[in-house]
Amino acid sequence: MEILMSVLVGILFTAGTYLVLAKSLLRIVLGTSILGHGALLLLLTMGGIKTGAPPLLGLESTTYTDPLPQALILTAIVINFGTLGVFLVIAYRSYQELGTDDMEELRGTEDE
Amino acid sequence: MSWLHFFILLPLLFAIIIPILYKKIPKIHTGWFVVIVPLSIFVYLLTFVPMIAGGETAMYTLPWIPGFNIDVSFYVDGLGLVFGLIISGIGTLVVLYSIYYLSKWREALHNFYVYLMLFMTAMLGVVFSNNLIVLYLFWELTSISSFLLIAYWYARRQSRYGAQKAMLITIFGGFAMLAAIIMLGIMGDTFSIRELFAQGDQLVQHELFIPAMILLLIGAFTKSAQFPFHIWLPDAMEAPTPISAYLHSATMVKAGIYVVARFTPFFGGTMEWFWLVTGVGLLTLLWGSLLAVKQRDLKALLAFSTVSQLGFIMSLLGMGSAALYYGEGELAHLHAMAVLAAVFHLVNHATFKGSLFMVVGIVDHETGTRDTRKLGGLLSIMPISFTLALIGSLSMAGLPPFNGFLSKELFFTGTLNASSLDIFRMETYGFLIPVIAWVASVFTFIYSIILVFKTFFGKYQPERLEKEAHEAPWGMLVPPAILALLVVMIFFLPNVLSDYILEPMVASILPALAGQFDFHIEAWHGFEPELFMTIGIVVVGTILYLTLRKWMGLYNNLPRALTITNAYNSGLRGMESISRKITDAHMTGFSRDYLRYIFVIFVLIVGTHLFMMDAFSFETANVANINLFEIILSLVLIGATAMVVITRSRLAAVICVGVLGYVVALFFVVLRAPDLALTQLAIETVTVALFLVCFYHLPRLRKKEDGDGFNIPNFIIASAVGILVTLVALSANGHRIFPPISDFYLDAYELAGAANMVNAILADFRALDTLLEIFVLCIAGLGVYTLVKVRLARGEKNENQ
Repeated sequence: MEILMSVLVGILFTAGTYLVLAKSLLRIVLGTSILGHGALLLLLTMGGIKTGAPPLLGLESTTYTDPLPQALILTAIVINFGTLGVFLVIAYRSYQELGTDDMEELRGTEDE
Repeated sequence: MSWLHFFILLPLLFAIIIPILYKKIPKIHTGWFVVIVPLSIFVYLLTFVPMIAGGETAMYTLPWIPGFNIDVSFYVDGLGLVFGLIISGIGTLVVLYSIYYLSKWREALHNFYVYLMLFMTAMLGVVFSNNLIVLYLFWELTSISSFLLIAYWYARRQSRYGAQKAMLITIFGGFAMLAAIIMLGIMGDTFSIRELFAQGDQLVQHELFIPAMILLLIGAFTKSAQFPFHIWLPDAMEAPTPISAYLHSATMVKAGIYVVARFTPFFGGTMEWFWLVTGVGLLTLLWGSLLAVKQRDLKALLAFSTVSQLGFIMSLLGMGSAALYYGEGELAHLHAMAVLAAVFHLVNHATFKGSLFMVVGIVDHETGTRDTRKLGGLLSIMPISFTLALIGSLSMAGLPPFNGFLSKELFFTGTLNASSLDIFRMETYGFLIPVIAWVASVFTFIYSIILVFKTFFGKYQPERLEKEAHEAPWGMLVPPAILALLVVMIFFLPNVLSDYILEPMVASILPALAGQFDFHIEAWHGFEPELFMTIGIVVVGTILYLTLRKWMGLYNNLPRALTITNAYNSGLRGMESISRKITDAHMTGFSRDYLRYIFVIFVLIVGTHLFMMDAFSFETANVANINLFEIILSLVLIGATAMVVITRSRLAAVICVGVLGYVVALFFVVLRAPDLALTQLAIETVTVALFLVCFYHLPRLRKKEDGDGFNIPNFIIASAVGILVTLVALSANGHRIFPPISDFYLDAYELAGAANMVNAILADFRALDTLLEIFVLCIAGLGVYTLVKVRLARGEKNENQ
């Protein structure tokens, strides 16, 4: 299972990186979202995915899944969402102001 | 804090009140106040002379940074004292001269005197410092104040060029010297020159000995305008003439000489030191004298002659260092004569060169030009200036009855002694030394004659001068006259100077011989080879001067492209254009390129590191099983990801990202993380909604024709990143060194009263993370609000229209 997950994470990272290197601002936003997912899954995998009960003490089980990576991931999801939101709005605003989402045109400033 | 500290720092303190004096008392030329400072220092330093002549030294220490062995310790011995006397003495005369040279009405006098006072403290600090770090501090202060003084008339382009050149070259040397100082500090574990010299014998074998020597010499050579670093000095002539007279003939350019003399007891006696100092000195001597002849600007001529004379002194110090090889005895005494000649000429040069610069300044001031082609026939108009120029020039040429004659004779004695050395492979090359010295002296004779004859003899050409020539006011004539008087006095009474001044100086350069010698300088010492050499100079020099027109053309055959200044200029331009090219090549302005660098470097560093550490290893013993459900999820995940990359429809891309998010949520379900699954589902929904809202306003995804099709380099980079992440994940998975700490959370109910361990961690055990995460969300929300609502001025204008 860990091997499968590692490969999946690798695929997500490949796709995310490829999109981040694209010319269109939109694809870059999508790419960061995918990279975020890759990171979440990586965290979970690295925490160890040995089968056990969900980390709820009421279940009267002997083994539980590690709760710490889950807490970390939960924090990460929320922060990811926050930054993605800002990023999207910046993309939207820059398109509105500058009239393009092509990264090759969004280059340098006159003050340079 | 001693009186010596006070007097060394006095100019610095006085510099603070100079602008106030300049503003509050505009009627009196500020220079009259300033002149008190160097004069009092000079008088104070004179009180040390009897003590120094008696062979004693003094040390005054003021702690500064004791933790690093840095203290402001000033050490008074023969060498430092003579430099101090030259600095303060000529400083007094230069300030006096500048009062008449610089107009009270037209010049920014407060700047001038502040810079000059800064320089004076710096220079006094250099020559008295016993601590190397403090020495370096003052050393750089001389560079900075010299820079400020060269660019005093900053509106002129040439002044700025000269100042920049001097700054770059001397600061380069300063850094080399700092490196040498640090090496010396490492070698001897002290920054005190005295303590370092005490361990000199053991440190000769140290591996840093030669590097420190070379770096120190680079510092000294750049400051003292030795070949090939002499190029800054002629351009520094853009400074006001009092500054040229003071800094660029008498004091600052001798700072390098001082350092070489100061470190002779430490480095001297080795072959490397002997050859470097002597060789560079002789080369500078010859080169400077050759180039001086060709100059048409009087100050440039004097600049090259300074270069040449500094080479003269430097080479003598090199030759004299042979005395340290012998330590004591007759041979040591013989070569100590070279050191005597060096210090003697040092004093002589300060006197006659200072007066010559002042005379040239007078000529410039009273006629409006320094060009030898325009000048001539001033003999009857400016008789006093002529007399002073004649004394200075003949002394520079090395003729009796002036002090230059004595030191030149001693110089020849030194070269002849050096050529008869049988150490340091001198038996092969030794004969070259007197030959080079003699040729250089012939040229010295020629340019000295040019200086006097082209200016004061010949035809008076009033139509080519900017002003009607007349004699200078007495105030301008007194300082050079005092120096000229010294020139003559030293010739007639050399042994007074020798007893009180020169012998303590030689004693501090050659400490092994201290107290054992009694030099006697004679103007007449019989028909020795030195005398015939001088006669030869006069004869050959006169012939060459008379035929000057015939061979002057030879200089024009030297291509301009081969000059060192040209190499410096093109080197500077080349460095600028190369760095510009390098920057332009990689700073493209495309964020895509920068991201590529980041990813490639990430892959290279992490990948090669893991490879080098042999860290790729896969452990399959502990892995969990895979069931069908997970395989299906994986396939959907891969499919959705591929679709996002491939599709050209923005709606499809957004939906696929949504699918991806929901699959991740399902993975959370499978992997027993209910809270994560909940959050992920909710957030993914909101994100997709946000994407949809936003994308409505955004343009389509790029089409293939727009150049955003399949990109092979990007794909390679992306694949490398993905593979590397997978490899790292796999390797890390097999290397779990410690058991997780999560067993602690099994007691969540007892500790926190919570059955849900994840929530207990978020809200209780690690609640600070959660607090800050809330902040992140708040800031993001505010950011979004601001971005949408707040329009900058440009936007507002558009909206109003």
